[in-house]
Amino acid sequence: MSSSAKAEAVLALHRFGMGPRPGSIAAVGTDPRGALIAELDRPLVLNAAAGLPSSAKAYRTVADANARRTARAKQAQQQAKKQQIAAAPVMSEDQAQTQGQAQGQGEKDAAEMAAKQAADAIPDPGRPIYLQEAKLRTEAALAADIGFAERLVWFWSNHFCVSANRIQSMSGAYEREAVRANALGRFVDLLLAVEGHPAMLVYLDNLGSMGANSTAGINRSSGLNENFAREIMELHTLGVRTGYTQDDVISFANVMTGWTLVPPGDNPEHGGEFTFNPRLHEPGGQTVLGKRYEQEDVEQGRAVLRDLAAHPATATHITTKLARHFVGDEPPPVLVEKMAKTFRDTEGDLKQVSITMVSSDDAWRGPPSKLKRPSEWGVGMVRATGITKVDPVRFTGGQELLGEALWRPSAPKGYPDDEASWIDGVGRRLDVANNFAERLAGMADPQAIIEDVFGSEIAPEVKQAVGRAESRQQALALLFMSADFQRR
Amino acid sequence: MGVVNHLPTRRELLVGSGALFAWSQMPRIARAEGRDPRLLVIVLRGALDGLGAVAPVGDPDWISLRGDRALVLDGKPPALPLDAFFALNPAMPNLHRLYKSGKAAIVHAAATPYRERSHFDGQDVLESGLVKPGMTSSGWLNRALLALESGGRVDPRGSRALGIGSVTPLVVRGSAPVMTWVPQRLLPASEDTQNRLLDLYQHTDPKLATVLQARMKLASLGGAPGASDPMSGDPTLAPPGIARVRAYFAEAAGTAARYLAKPDGPRVGAMGFVGWDTHIAEGAASGQLYNLLGALDGAFAAIESNMGEAWRETVVAVVTEFGRTARINGTQGTDHGTGTVAFLIGGGLSGGRVIADWPGLKPAQLFEDRDLKPTTDLRAVLKGLLRDHLCVEEKVLAEAVFPGSADVKPMGGLVG
Repeated sequence: MSSSAKAEAVLALHRFGMGPRPGSIAAVGTDPRGALIAELDRPLVLNAAAGLPSSAKAYRTVADANARRTARAKQAQQQAKKQQIAAAPVMSEDQAQTQGQAQGQGEKDAAEMAAKQAADAIPDPGRPIYLQEAKLRTEAALAADIGFAERLVWFWSNHFCVSANRIQSMSGAYEREAVRANALGRFVDLLLAVEGHPAMLVYLDNLGSMGANSTAGINRSSGLNENFAREIMELHTLGVRTGYTQDDVISFANVMTGWTLVPPGDNPEHGGEFTFNPRLHEPGGQTVLGKRYEQEDVEQGRAVLRDLAAHPATATHITTKLARHFVGDEPPPVLVEKMAKTFRDTEGDLKQVSITMVSSDDAWRGPPSKLKRPSEWGVGMVRATGITKVDPVRFTGGQELLGEALWRPSAPKGYPDDEASWIDGVGRRLDVANNFAERLAGMADPQAIIEDVFGSEIAPEVKQAVGRAESRQQALALLFMSADFQRR
Repeated sequence: MGVVNHLPTRRELLVGSGALFAWSQMPRIARAEGRDPRLLVIVLRGALDGLGAVAPVGDPDWISLRGDRALVLDGKPPALPLDAFFALNPAMPNLHRLYKSGKAAIVHAAATPYRERSHFDGQDVLESGLVKPGMTSSGWLNRALLALESGGRVDPRGSRALGIGSVTPLVVRGSAPVMTWVPQRLLPASEDTQNRLLDLYQHTDPKLATVLQARMKLASLGGAPGASDPMSGDPTLAPPGIARVRAYFAEAAGTAARYLAKPDGPRVGAMGFVGWDTHIAEGAASGQLYNLLGALDGAFAAIESNMGEAWRETVVAVVTEFGRTARINGTQGTDHGTGTVAFLIGGGLSGGRVIADWPGLKPAQLFEDRDLKPTTDLRAVLKGLLRDHLCVEEKVLAEAVFPGSADVKPMGGLVG
């Protein structure tokens, strides 16, 4: 391969893939666009996920454990109180008066401690599930030839984020079931899958949202939660300030009442799965964005979601975000318009939109200026060494340290995608790079990475700094920290 | 911050290594002779400036060579006199004390057979014991241990070497099993690494340079959270800069000593310290090199005290891949050179002397008119230690441990 072909392959790997790894330049070959498109034809399944629980099963497992914890804690607390009463020394009235308060406090503490100990004896199954899911997703990114499809999964997972802080057990399965399964399909199917997924309904507070005139609403005189409807319009589809009003939000929220999940305690078979509960649903038709929806059940919400998916504002919003993520903080308007046109013409075929992006010259112009997010940088660093297995505790720990904890964004907007948000954390990346380099120094040769993995397509200043480093560890740290590694 | 008093349990040690060997039947090297010697090798990565560590103050060309950067007996602080000719860097009072009591020796103008100037290759030659560089899988210390094992001098089930650090130094890697211990506190990205990265950014990415510079400025104010192990999610506060380096050196060396001292512990070990590549603002009398030598001196103290009774039978060899230019460069530092020093310390040593066939400092006396000329083959020193301290046979040393070194005679009289 010529040097310019290699350079183009390296750019493709950085900008659209998970970064170069041993053999990836050859995998891209002399037609980077074709190679990227070809990767989208491969099925996006994680075979290794066969052993992992479905989201509903994971949710039930945690719920069961929580119920057992509560029961054990109660038992232990009662037992501790009984023992204290039996063992209480006989005191004079004076002593009892002066010590009473302290004694009571001590008993309470002891009982609480016993309760806590009993509860802690039953470990939380949510954490190991989260780590297994994290391992699987990370290793999929490490193993991919290029990683364009995995990058799309990551993009959509962040666009339709949930938070493991709210729903740890389901966060990984949510990505597999709703996002991965639809990331190369039609946008409307992706939208229906994520908005109807229990993890999203938990995360955006829709479980207990009920219409004022629904059976449950009348009985309990509690009501509507607008959060879900608002975020769908503002973040997931139309985009902020695209013309919808507060009335639209309320109407849409009414439409979405009844979208909930089967309570895990009641149903060991289906607990944690999506269900439409008519008792929560606001009866009657609703008007959203000027259109009347008369359906009586779950179909009402599906109809609105279909229309939101087809709305022109959605096409613009989605394609702008995609282009910003892959191409640059300020993507060329021509490119966005091309992608939006494809989105509209194909009824939101996400594969075709992705193809339009990588087929357009505008997506390839300009030097690599986009600062990688910590997750991309971290996985790129590991890929360069050829390592394909990770310890999820360390890997997620590193990501968290760099401010991008996996599946834990601080708000439904997901992690930001611009340089200003991440650049101040670059200094901290040095600690991670240095640490990784130290663990690695005996196994990885920085010169070999430059020559074999990068095809020597790296700035001469970096080559020089690596060549002059005082140790392999330092050479690797400098290489990982170089702009060639940080930007794409 | 002192040496951590907690000796890791066997489990921690094994977990840290990933090398799950049974902990039993530790080697009794040279037991037949009624001795139980220990050997620890410390590799200074980055190439130590031998002239900045041990100055030839009696050489008439010394001052003209280094100018106001030359260590001198009446400097501030004054260099510590070793003999009529050499003086020690003032950052090393422990080494000076050991030297005065005969428990330290210094070899000067020494070098491995490597004559190029690449760190990686130089370290490969230094640690592999081979004449030429290349990715080799075993080091001379490991092969020495194997030789002892096959010679029936140690129990083959028990021969173990100790490696300190998350990367086992090449010198101790090989067929003989190695157990490793990883210090709790990993060394933070050194000031040198940060400076190099900043330099790289300044040439390639001004925005990243600005950010890194801000971070370095903040760190220099002190109190910045140190990364003990950034991946472990344990953001413990650590002292800034050189204090962290000192703590790391002392913890790593002190722990190695404690393992080697144990009656059933390993008998040979190796570790590496980084940071010696002083191209810019070397600071031999105060600054970078002074600080690092001070940290190394602290590590010597930790080894001495933690060896306890075993100190009597201990030898520590401190070596580096090559030296630095004899002259100061344009940025008040030194560049990659050739001849340098090796420190030998330990209760088992016959020291109190600087061993040097002094080549002189006149331009014509320098190697390629730039480096201190190597007049002592470092392999002679190491072979002398292995023969007289660990009792490895001379033939084995020439063939298996340092292949192709038959004409490099082991240096006698180092221990005893």
